[in-house]
Amino acid sequence: MKKIISLLLTLGLVASLCACGGSKAPANDSTDEKGAESASAGAEGAVDYSKVKIGFICLHDENSTYDLNFINGAKEACEKLGVEYVLKTNVPEGQECYETAADLADAGCTIVFADSFGHEDFMIEAAKEYTDVEFCHATGTKAHTEGLANFHNAFASIYEGRYLAGIAAGMKLNEMIEAGTITAEEAKIGYVGAFTYAEVISGYTSFFLGARSVCPTATMDVTFTGSWYDETAEKEGANKLIEGGCKLISQHADSMGAPTACENAGVPNVSYNGSTASACPNTFLVSSRIDWAPYFEYIMTCQAKGEAIATDYTGNIATGSVVLTDLGTAVAEGTKEAIEQAKADLQSGKIQVFDTAAFTVDGKKLESYMADVDTDANYEGDHEVIVDGHFAESAEGFRSAPYFNLNIDGITLLDQKF
Amino acid sequence: MNNKNHEPLFHVSKRDALPWQKAWAIRGAAILAALIVCGVITMITTGDNPISIYKTIFQGAFGSPRKSWVSCQNISILLLISLALTPAFKMRFWNIGGEGQILMGGLGAAACMICLGDKVPGAVLICLMVVSSLTAGAVWGLIPALFKAKWNTNETLATLMMNYIAIQLVAYYIIKWEVPKGSGKIGIINQNTNAGWLPQLFGMKYLLPIVVAVAATVLMYIYLNYSKQGYEISVVGESENTARYVGIKVETVIIRTMLISGALCGLAGLLLVGGINHTITTTITDGQGFTAVMVSWLAKFNPFAMIFTSFLIILLGRGAGGISTAFGLNQSFADIITGIILFFIIGCEFFITYKISFRKKAGKEETV
Repeated sequence: MKKIISLLLTLGLVASLCACGGSKAPANDSTDEKGAESASAGAEGAVDYSKVKIGFICLHDENSTYDLNFINGAKEACEKLGVEYVLKTNVPEGQECYETAADLADAGCTIVFADSFGHEDFMIEAAKEYTDVEFCHATGTKAHTEGLANFHNAFASIYEGRYLAGIAAGMKLNEMIEAGTITAEEAKIGYVGAFTYAEVISGYTSFFLGARSVCPTATMDVTFTGSWYDETAEKEGANKLIEGGCKLISQHADSMGAPTACENAGVPNVSYNGSTASACPNTFLVSSRIDWAPYFEYIMTCQAKGEAIATDYTGNIATGSVVLTDLGTAVAEGTKEAIEQAKADLQSGKIQVFDTAAFTVDGKKLESYMADVDTDANYEGDHEVIVDGHFAESAEGFRSAPYFNLNIDGITLLDQKF
Repeated sequence: MNNKNHEPLFHVSKRDALPWQKAWAIRGAAILAALIVCGVITMITTGDNPISIYKTIFQGAFGSPRKSWVSCQNISILLLISLALTPAFKMRFWNIGGEGQILMGGLGAAACMICLGDKVPGAVLICLMVVSSLTAGAVWGLIPALFKAKWNTNETLATLMMNYIAIQLVAYYIIKWEVPKGSGKIGIINQNTNAGWLPQLFGMKYLLPIVVAVAATVLMYIYLNYSKQGYEISVVGESENTARYVGIKVETVIIRTMLISGALCGLAGLLLVGGINHTITTTITDGQGFTAVMVSWLAKFNPFAMIFTSFLIILLGRGAGGISTAFGLNQSFADIITGIILFFIIGCEFFITYKISFRKKAGKEETV
């Protein structure tokens, strides 16, 4: 038996030795560690990106639509500018985020970006320690009050994208009403949200306002899952809404739970973060998402040029940050034109998503509202946000992350436990 | 039919106690074999050679001073949890409720930091945190122990289910304490005042858990091997009837041991919340309450051997994470590598406990 063991060991050694000598050639040429280094840096001439190295911290990996959206944006921007990048996935919202950020800084990253709300405090800790590295954080709320020169928040006016996606939903409801499958009063939308957090409230309200702008009888029911990623809860939430008479579903949570439930039930779905057309070919209408590539390009260019990065950056339709996916095959006729029209009107300022004339709160038009823009322990309004007859969401001078947290008439919250 | 007894190709029989050198030789061979298999798999998926892969593993865990510190800190926490579970296991009390006991300890610390952060002086606050963490963990261990001692309920199920209660409790308080409202996150507690943050020893951020773990290792070794209570634990573990016969109060031993086990888990929770993360989430334990079960068993309940086993697990985890990053692979790859190595290590225990005898061939029997 000893012979057999020694034979096996020798074989193993030989195999590993062969491997050492043999398969060196194609090693890690297509890996994440290196982007297409300095590919286009020379070509553009003006800006030298060779000193920029960026690290990305993601809460989950590609299996989450939310993180996939960031990862795609990161790869696109870095490959375009020829910047070296490092991708860290599955970083939880705890001290490990700080360790990862510090680790990236140690490894020579000049910019560190984190994608999840709960990463913020730990990014701030790292930013205090590594003052010569830029720390950028998506969806956070503290940059404007923290007073750190190297800590920045970013978001996008995704409420505009939601509004446009809402138009597709409203058009679909109109089609159902015209076809006689539902009455005008039955035009109820269902919405699966994660938490009763301003980002979610702003999202479903703008979506609803978009839908109601074309289908005036639309109402909406909202349910919350208490998690940003819980496939089962999202699926159950969607099923509950469908059983409750909702004719169309949208969601703000990161798994495929709600779209899948809609596909199974044959209920139209407006998605978020990216197209679900391949998994839900019969029910997918459209999806709004934030394209992060423009922001990534912006911060890398700022650093390469030695310019300051904005404390709060809000991407919009014009910067290419707020985008809609291709329409699904299930959309109503004329949807494309209606969305194009609304998009043009939004950009020209002809319409405002949160126009106070378009919604009421407790039956009354909103004349004044103090929003809780500064994050502190007391949840009190600290800024007047009704400007020129509309609610100024993610606006200049406030912060990039949404703060619209009103319950407008026409939307029913089925539960508020989260 | 043939009259001769049919002898199987091989049969398995229990070994007599193996000399420790031979046992460790088998373990060493298993680790070596595991590394070779991992190397081959990594080579196939990444196209890099095994040597550089092992280098990447090592660098993932010890590649920079910070990485080394963090690895040592993680080893300490895992070691501390393993030490906490060990007395219970030695008593043959299947405490798989480490997760819950750690979470409750963490919750106790977080509650003090949040509710009393600006009301009492720092030193008092930290004392209160220590007391509430240890108590919370101990109570969480005590409940299943009481049921076991009084009514002989199944402690495996009871401790396991207590985990879920703890998770739900933590989830409830996160919603209660969340900042900003609706976000479902507490964030760093007292980020500006640092109230209730455990002190840094000698100005070194990562040192405190390491010191605590080293002290706990020595104390646990002495407690288990040289104290009367430690002896009682062994006797109860070997045979409850024997223990009763020699006059040991089995119920008392069970309850006392679980109080210690739970309190030590609570201490780990305190370090995680007050010393490392400064926040609490439902996932703060990261499954270590279960990983520690393996660490403790692999080390045969020897506190000093646990240093090695927890080192191995952390090295693999962090090293495999390094591979994922360096080669642009998904985190799942790290899990695959860790899985393979653990499979070999746990599998080799079979060959240490049992021997395989092959059918006699030409008059001589070969054994492995």
